[in-house]
Amino acid sequence: MTTPPGLEDRPLEPMTEVSNPTVREYLDEYWTRVKAGDLGSLPIIGGLIVVAIIFATQSPVFLSAANFVNLTRQTGALVIIAIGVVFVLLIAEIDLSVGFVSAVVGVSMTLLLRESGPDWAWWFVIPLVLSLGAAIGFLQGFIVTKADVPSFVVTLAGFLGWSGVVLILTTEFTDSGTILIQDNVVIGIANAFLTDFWGWVLAIVAVASFAGLQMARRLARSRAGLPVKPILIIILQVAALGAVAAFVVAVANSDRGVPMVALLVLFLLVFWSFIASRTRFGRHIYAIGGNPEAARRAGINVDRVRIAVFMICSFMAGVGGIVLASRLRSVDPAAGGGNLLLNAIAAAVIGGTSLFGGRGKVVSALLGAVVIASLDNGLGLIPNLPSGVKFVVTALVLLAAVLVDSFSRRAQRASGIA
Amino acid sequence: MVDGHNGPILELKGVSKHFGAVKALVNVDFEVRAGEVMALVGDNGAGKSTLVKGIAGIYPYDEGEIIFEGRPVSIHGPADTADLGIEIVYQDLALADNLDVVANMFLGREEIRVPFRLNESVMEKRTRETLHSLSVTTLRSVRQAVAGLSGGQRQAVAVAKAVMWNSKVVILDEPTAALGVAQTRQVLDLVTRLADRGLAVVIISHNLHDIFEVAHRITVLRLGQRVALYEAAQSNQQEVVEAITAGTIETVPGMAK
Ligand SMILES: Nc1ncnc2c1ncn2[C@@H]1O[C@H](COP(=O)(O)OP(=O)(O)O)[C@@H](O)[C@H]1O
Ligand SMILES: [Mg+2]
Repeated sequence: MTTPPGLEDRPLEPMTEVSNPTVREYLDEYWTRVKAGDLGSLPIIGGLIVVAIIFATQSPVFLSAANFVNLTRQTGALVIIAIGVVFVLLIAEIDLSVGFVSAVVGVSMTLLLRESGPDWAWWFVIPLVLSLGAAIGFLQGFIVTKADVPSFVVTLAGFLGWSGVVLILTTEFTDSGTILIQDNVVIGIANAFLTDFWGWVLAIVAVASFAGLQMARRLARSRAGLPVKPILIIILQVAALGAVAAFVVAVANSDRGVPMVALLVLFLLVFWSFIASRTRFGRHIYAIGGNPEAARRAGINVDRVRIAVFMICSFMAGVGGIVLASRLRSVDPAAGGGNLLLNAIAAAVIGGTSLFGGRGKVVSALLGAVVIASLDNGLGLIPNLPSGVKFVVTALVLLAAVLVDSFSRRAQRASGIA
Repeated sequence: MVDGHNGPILELKGVSKHFGAVKALVNVDFEVRAGEVMALVGDNGAGKSTLVKGIAGIYPYDEGEIIFEGRPVSIHGPADTADLGIEIVYQDLALADNLDVVANMFLGREEIRVPFRLNESVMEKRTRETLHSLSVTTLRSVRQAVAGLSGGQRQAVAVAKAVMWNSKVVILDEPTAALGVAQTRQVLDLVTRLADRGLAVVIISHNLHDIFEVAHRITVLRLGQRVALYEAAQSNQQEVVEAITAGTIETVPGMAK
């Protein structure tokens, strides 16, 4: 370890803070941060519990295994698209084109798979159309950074333009506008289920990996002489995750099983969380969101990172588009429209990603999407409820999420703990 | 570090910089030697920060030469400056508020564990060691976000960031402007210590009292021009104030026509 120049003459006293926190100190520290406004995922998890209780009392169907599995399948594409939106929000930009970009990718895939058309193999078509998604992101990101045009405008143009492309692709190449997917692998993405056995394997692997990672990190820190989390806390966290995983798999298995798409979503969440929080690239994304000038002065190629983020966003929109097409087993001229865009942005924000950049986690895509889908699903189960209520309630939740974000930022500033 | 030659370690020759119609720097010469504290003073808008940003590669000069260790160098971006061993602490500190202390200290130069995972424990350890050696003891945790730090703590983090890398030149743009008495004391002590160890230190400040305490030489900028260069031991505050407020190019030793 190099000592900073000019300081070698000062003896390094033993660092007093290195004593490991006890469980009690650890929890106190956590509670201090919460009180100071660093709420993390607490509001959203609390909100989810409230939503679940309300709907469970209103309709016995809501908490049924079948509905749970349906909910998971319906939410998949939204979570995936929202992951991309989280990345754009992290650099304090926006992407209004995700809905129709997802449709462009979904429709292109469907056209290329047509038995009457090119009839290409799925393993060739899927990477191809996902590259198309990334290329769209590159184009939009390039214009935003190099021409210095606000992403709001560029992606608004994308919103209009790609919706036109969807219309052209679906109507020019078919008579009806609706194109069916016949490839069983592609249909399976959103419609297949893991067998009970593989569902359990998934749960065990997930929990074991989490435990392994926590212990590896603890070991690395204690080797470096840094304070470590109390082992009891790790045990409790692993136990809690294990309980949740076991519950989810048990409920899913009592119906049709764990949907294949849940596996895909889990993989994408873990992968992108890793990129965001454990790599240099991810660190630079947060830095650009927090202070682009500081990032630039630190030698970060800000433009390159920003373009890459727009590519991630469009790429993930493409993955979501494939999942959506798979679930509906077809595409039509309305693909990518409706509330898809607004729900994807709302999911990221409700999940706790700040619109001001630099704050938020990939997992907020999941939390927010689950809230939105639960409201959608739960309110749909209540008899005689006007359908407009759904929008009003979702709007209020979105507003609440933004207010929580704003207030917690203010609390953090005021308390001097962030 | 002090490699035989006694010339300046960093030298600017005839640098100019325009922002549209604003002439921020006009044909300015500047130098600093290893082991020396060079003060850079001037009124608001005199061009001090612009001079530093040129060295930093943020706003490259329109004209002029940068000479480092006797060789002309070209600086195209902040990474070039860091590669030369020049570290800059900006007036606005340039910290990312949303990131914690460790992440800020290593921003742009993160330690990586193969193949591409951040090596958090190594970074945290070095951060702790550096802050500790600077006697920065008021931080609650190196894992807290910079947003919640006081002005003095932020300054300490920024200075620590600059000296953590094995730098040869450290440039401080108004490092004590936002600090209380005790923390100003610490920064000035640190400045002296850095120079004693053979580093070249450039300090920008409005506080002439502080400057006369630590600086060996003083460069005065006025309206984008260098109007004076003093040996601190042979000058006084009044003389420097006059140069800041009313100095002309003719008063620079050796520059009169
Ligand atoms: N990015 C910029 N764009 C336009 N003008 C600038 C910019 N940076 C500095 N200036 C101008 O250049 C002059 C010198 O500014 P600066 O170097 O910040 O002065 P100092 O640091 O000595 O107070 C000022 O007139 C300022 O307005
Ligand atoms: Mg300045």
